[in-house]
Amino acid sequence: MAASETPSETRHGIGVSPGTAYGPVVQVAPPVRPPADEKAVDDQEAALADVRAAFESVAVSLEERATRVDDTAQQILKATALIARDKGLVKAAAKELAAGHGRAHSIENAVETYAAQFEALGGYFAERVADLRDVGSRAVAAVLGVPAPGVPSFTEPSVIVAEDLAPAETATLDRRLVVGIITEAGGRTSHTAILAAQMGIPAVVQLAGATEIAAGTPVALDGDTGEVTVDPDMELVTAQRERAARRAEALSHLSGPGRTSDGVEVALLANIGGVEDAVAAGAQDLEGVGLFRTEFVYLSATKAPTVEEQTEIYRGVFAPFEGRRVVVRTLDAGADKPLKFADLGPEENPALGRRGLRLSAERPDLLDAQLEALAIAARETGADVRVMAPMVATAEEAAWFARRVRENGLPKAGVMIEVPGAALRAHDVLGEVDFGSLGTNDLAQYTMAADRMQGALSDLLDPWQPGVLDVVGLACEGAARADRPIGVCGESAGDPLLALVLVGLGVSSLSMAPSKVPVVRLALSLHSVVECQALAAAARGARTAIDALTAVREAARTELTDLL
Amino acid sequence: MATRTVTIASSVGLHARPAALFVEAASASGLDVEIAKPGEDPVDATSILGVMALGARHGEEVVLTAEGDGADETLDSLVELLSRDLDAE
Repeated sequence: MAASETPSETRHGIGVSPGTAYGPVVQVAPPVRPPADEKAVDDQEAALADVRAAFESVAVSLEERATRVDDTAQQILKATALIARDKGLVKAAAKELAAGHGRAHSIENAVETYAAQFEALGGYFAERVADLRDVGSRAVAAVLGVPAPGVPSFTEPSVIVAEDLAPAETATLDRRLVVGIITEAGGRTSHTAILAAQMGIPAVVQLAGATEIAAGTPVALDGDTGEVTVDPDMELVTAQRERAARRAEALSHLSGPGRTSDGVEVALLANIGGVEDAVAAGAQDLEGVGLFRTEFVYLSATKAPTVEEQTEIYRGVFAPFEGRRVVVRTLDAGADKPLKFADLGPEENPALGRRGLRLSAERPDLLDAQLEALAIAARETGADVRVMAPMVATAEEAAWFARRVRENGLPKAGVMIEVPGAALRAHDVLGEVDFGSLGTNDLAQYTMAADRMQGALSDLLDPWQPGVLDVVGLACEGAARADRPIGVCGESAGDPLLALVLVGLGVSSLSMAPSKVPVVRLALSLHSVVECQALAAAARGARTAIDALTAVREAARTELTDLL
Repeated sequence: MATRTVTIASSVGLHARPAALFVEAASASGLDVEIAKPGEDPVDATSILGVMALGARHGEEVVLTAEGDGADETLDSLVELLSRDLDAE
């Protein structure tokens, strides 16, 4: 770490579009809400005309912007304009007016009626809710006569900061003036992330407190590492820029399967959560999917999704990976992520309750429907599909799951290793299945007895905690004795230094956010397995998490550490 | 009144771009066109929100109806549209 960095000013989000940027902050106006004290209308006809005019003005302004942008952006804007012109929206607003609501509330309620329907449909349909709410917020602003939400006009090259950017906003940003994007919300696969990467604008999402940075304050951001520095000195800006250029240069020479400098293969895989992720990851240089989270198929649904509905989704996920592996984690819900159609009741300690495979044991019908759909989609697409269960604690549970997987015609069954008891007895647990995958986030939570949702305990959850590394090491030893491959599918796999330690401990695949794959590939290519083992020994030999990180950083090759 | 039944070919179902193209085509006809899932209440085919709220997925059937001059031709062209994988184009 460069000496000039002042940690109090540097914050970390998630880098989603590579490159560095430096410029003053432009804060995007948040969505407009109806005033709490809005009065009911006297003249309903006049009010309806106002509402109609508001939606029309939104449609016109979207169409007008559509004429000034490229094809991708144009499609998004035109589809959004079509929503603003929808007769159904005006009809729904008319009903709200008749029920005694004010103009702005009628617009918002009408929008929310449709939003609720889309959310209930789940999947692709639920993803359109952001566009719909954007239209609603613009129409509310129009009817109230206040400035539209979104990006204010500015003339100096700037960094755009927002809670989250609506698709219409991201699509119409002026590439010459917008040097970087920071959002407080959003995710790796949000519209912001995808469009920013397409437009080549460096971007960081999920930066806590981003919207509180005063407009005009200079910030520096690194879209690879997710680092954002408020009011940085020029030395840091220059160093960050040079480091990013060196990194881009180093990464540009490497491609293909992951391997150590002595040629040992370590599969580089992606963590994904849905069809859009799959399509994006499928186009990238990686060896498959190491973790496909299937929760989204269930979470917004009000009744259990049918085999046919699930098959359609899985087909979409597998299709981009014909001939490559896709590791599917079966339903990991219950307790803290309750399902409307399989609620086992509230629990005192959700993280320790009936979730994951424990829920599947209560409701084997849900698991069987999922396995059946996965088997059909696997056959149809030619992807190398492997299925694993979450929250497995014992060899009996592993055997029960493996039997059900095989009965449904799927060739490979595995288990997540995230319960310390299962990690310590990995030899027995993995002996029942074909492979194991370490979920390092939950494994850290259970090893350190620290709730992942409790921000104040984040030091205990540091994946460099020697206690956690010991448990990972013991699980790898058990896997080796049982002659079963074991991988990692937590955030740690995407940290290039930690990835080396994991390989040194005996891990044979690393699954991470797709954007992290190139730097991990580089890290592996610079170190032999023996060197990885030495790094692992150095980490486990440390007394504290900080010491473990420092020891590995000092012992790793400078060709790598100079770029981090 | 003209009626057609068609299976949704789009791999993502009738939403987003496929829905937008369908609604634009239905609107351009100038006719009263409705779309429904078999046995369910029809919705206005010129309303993108109504069409998306149907939640018609890949491989599901929908019923199209239209009134007026050129209803048959309009429905034929809409059927042709829905029989293609619009999202892949």
